[in-house]
Amino acid sequence: MARHWRAGAAGLAVLGLTLTACSGAKVGDSSSAGSKSSGGKCGSFNLAVNPWVGYEADAAVVAYVAQHDLGCTVNKKDLKEEIAWQGFGTGEVDAVLENWGHDDLKAKYIAGQKTAVEAGSTGNKGVIGWFVPPWLAKAHPDITDWKNLDKYADNFKTSESGGKGQLLDGDPSYVTNDAALVKNLKLNFKVVYAGSETALIQAYRTAEKNKQWMIGYFYEPQWFLSEVPLVKVNLPAYTKGCDADAAKVACDYPVYDLDKIVSAQFAKSGSPAYKLVKNFHWTNDDQNTVAKYIAVDKMSDDAAAKKWVDANRDKVDTWLK
Amino acid sequence: MAVADATAPVATIRNKVSRPMVVAAILLAWLVLFAVLRGRQTLALAAADLTGLHRWLNDLNDSIGANRNSNPLFLYFFNEIRLAIDNLVTFVQSLISQPTGSRPVPQIGWLGVVGLTGYVSWAVGNWRVALLAVAGFTFFGLQGLWQESMDTLALTLSAVLVALLIGIPLGVWAGLSDRFNRIMTPFLDFMQTMPTFVYLAPLTLIFLIGGASAVITTVIYAAPPAIRITAHAIRSVPETTVEAADSLGTTRTQQLLKVLLPMSKRTVVMGVNQTIMAALAMVTIAALIDAPGLGKTVVQALQSLDVGTAFNAGLAIVVMAIVLDRVTTAAAARTETARRTGGHLLKWRRPLLVAGGIAAAVLVYLSHTYVWAAEFPGSGSTGSHIASAAGTTTTWLQDHLSGLTNGVRDVITNGLLNPFQTLLTDSPWWLVGVTLVALGAVLGGRLAAVTAAVCVGLLVGTGLWSDSMTTLASTAVATVLVMLFGVVFGVWMGRSQLVDRIVRPSLDAAQVMPPFVYLVPFLALFGATRFTAIVAAVVYAAPVAIKIIADGVRNVSESTVEAATSAGCNTWQIITKVQLPMARSALTLATNQGLIYVLSMVVVGGLVGAGALGYDVVAGFSQGQLYGKGLAAGLAIVLLGVMFDRITQAAARRTRA
Repeated sequence: MARHWRAGAAGLAVLGLTLTACSGAKVGDSSSAGSKSSGGKCGSFNLAVNPWVGYEADAAVVAYVAQHDLGCTVNKKDLKEEIAWQGFGTGEVDAVLENWGHDDLKAKYIAGQKTAVEAGSTGNKGVIGWFVPPWLAKAHPDITDWKNLDKYADNFKTSESGGKGQLLDGDPSYVTNDAALVKNLKLNFKVVYAGSETALIQAYRTAEKNKQWMIGYFYEPQWFLSEVPLVKVNLPAYTKGCDADAAKVACDYPVYDLDKIVSAQFAKSGSPAYKLVKNFHWTNDDQNTVAKYIAVDKMSDDAAAKKWVDANRDKVDTWLK
Repeated sequence: MAVADATAPVATIRNKVSRPMVVAAILLAWLVLFAVLRGRQTLALAAADLTGLHRWLNDLNDSIGANRNSNPLFLYFFNEIRLAIDNLVTFVQSLISQPTGSRPVPQIGWLGVVGLTGYVSWAVGNWRVALLAVAGFTFFGLQGLWQESMDTLALTLSAVLVALLIGIPLGVWAGLSDRFNRIMTPFLDFMQTMPTFVYLAPLTLIFLIGGASAVITTVIYAAPPAIRITAHAIRSVPETTVEAADSLGTTRTQQLLKVLLPMSKRTVVMGVNQTIMAALAMVTIAALIDAPGLGKTVVQALQSLDVGTAFNAGLAIVVMAIVLDRVTTAAAARTETARRTGGHLLKWRRPLLVAGGIAAAVLVYLSHTYVWAAEFPGSGSTGSHIASAAGTTTTWLQDHLSGLTNGVRDVITNGLLNPFQTLLTDSPWWLVGVTLVALGAVLGGRLAAVTAAVCVGLLVGTGLWSDSMTTLASTAVATVLVMLFGVVFGVWMGRSQLVDRIVRPSLDAAQVMPPFVYLVPFLALFGATRFTAIVAAVVYAAPVAIKIIADGVRNVSESTVEAATSAGCNTWQIITKVQLPMARSALTLATNQGLIYVLSMVVVGGLVGAGALGYDVVAGFSQGQLYGKGLAAGLAIVLLGVMFDRITQAAARRTRA
């Protein structure tokens, strides 16, 4: 019985306290209203954010500019590539800012369903390939030539690679021909699927720290390279069309011209945000800077974008023209 | 129970002698034939290769996407569902987590939510859980994750509400009708074991990106426990009570409302509890389709391998789970005690409830009106302390333990996993199939054998036989480890209330902490390997097995243990000769549940190096042209689950019979 009294007394005490505390700013007071309701005709802008830090950097800057210079209401949506493209048709996504090739998706949504259109290059060059940790490249400089890989295959053996050298692949969303490459270059390696970027980065980090042998799939621009500058292994040089037949690929990956994709509806809407997306153009260094603010310095997206925009106002202004 | 167990050995003596020998003979025959036929008809399929079925599933998916806007099913059915659920989510969010209109903060601020939570916890439970709830919710604010936590709470509450609205009526129906129960069971199995990744992309196509899809994803996974446990509750109402009601001439509706439902209330509340836990387990997965909340914080932090921040958010999910679990458990206990004591207590309770209600309403009003009560004060510095401490600990562990861990990994991989996997993948498929069917027949009887045969046939049909066998090998090793931990900790906890109280919160944490938070350190320690995947599965599945075994051991009657003690048995003898044998049905149940939970981690395993089915599912989620293969892999996981579930359950019934 007593415990209920106690609870009741506590309730009354709270009540009493609140009566004395009835002073302070009220919600909706002009002094405390934080949100900006000013703005032009931009309206809402649905921006897909694919799950890697480089993209997050693109999105952070574009969203910041759209919000502060154009007065848009930006809705960032964290989505994987395939789902983001799907969103063009349903009107849930207006723009994808960093597309890596993805000819399959282009065929399906741009040529097929006609729900998406291209919106030009981001200016970023995407490099995909096989990378080794820097200590290994230093200790065995000849390892950066693919012809020497077999010589070292034994050192790359792991519990997963079944007696061959291990080539570690990451997130299956990313463009990869590695299985075909190993076969067609007749390398004594086996592709092992780590299955996620987290697992892949952690593997490189451990390998560099403990001086372990490791080779895997990686790409740039990528924030992790500013922590551990991985070294690329040269595969037979890319020539136009050498990757036409996916099963017979025996050459390096092309350098990807990363581009922007928007929904067909958004392109026709005349929204100033569309113009911004179309004009958005920067360099790998720019992206790496912002990505480093986010991933290494642990700044929020908005703070990172503000820092870069304040320092690069001239670039931003060319996007707004 | 005790009586049934005492008679069991006599009845099964003949079986006991022969069954292990038959099993041994089957396994021996398999080994011999494996040596002869190794490497033939293994049905291997490379990572990028597809079968006709996979392509057909791709086309099906594409055509649904292309016809979305013209199909009447979408226009009049799915869109309406989406709208209703979207409105529900938006409404709850506007109450506690998201600003609406010109208002910069949600309708109810932190003080109101904390007050209301405390009041409700006290009203349905007791003052102890109310205190826990208030402390827990305040902790979210201190962590700097108030809004994220409220978003997660809003989605969880909406999902649980929808799951119960669907689940309880279906559960009651399944409890009353054997036929409906039989129809329902395979669907429930399907909903619980089909990996979420498989239907995540199609769901966003049908219900669009946003709250509705997130809620529906969660409901699919969280409704089955509500249905199963409600059905079980209705069934466990004693026959005599129902007959007594019958003889009084009650109608069927009266019987349901006046007898069955009130008497099964306690168990139904446990179903609500399990539904909440399942819903919280989906928080990070729903974040992949833009569900707001703590899951997003975890996913985003892991992109830059920021374990500290991910841990902080993961901890908030754990705290929320523990608060909701304890409150619902206390609510279940209260329905019990209220029924027993009743009477005079009610007299005082009512005015107190009113007083508490008024106090809560005042707090809600304050948090609606004043900024200090609406936005959580402070900058969440506790959260950054937690994050940096977790980060430092992780780094230390990685630096100091990696030599040791590699040794453990290699011993288990080379000594146990690799030989077993070779045996499964390099045997001709029909040999493995025949072995499985024979084992099913010996252990579970004719029905189990038929189920095994059907499942083997369908597995071959998915085109992913070889991957299924690789996954099966890892699953089996993980299940063995789960049972090892289950027995050791389960017995320990079952024998000591103190140990139970200390260990249990960590078990709860292991079940709801998003796997990737602890997987990053594991990845550093063990690399991206099948072993890491096994460890992840063990961390997730062992708590269930431990809890079930601890319960089983505790339920062995005290007088039996005392009798054994007075007969001069030492502790070891009591455990091995009395407690474990008498908790046999708990052991089989633990094996069954342990296996199902291990299978539910196959996809997470695919994300950390397990390859095989888990990777196929992840790849299908990520790449359009692999969609069909991912779906087939999901089906294969379900088939493995159903096959082992039926065999272990039939085996359990036999040992009990």
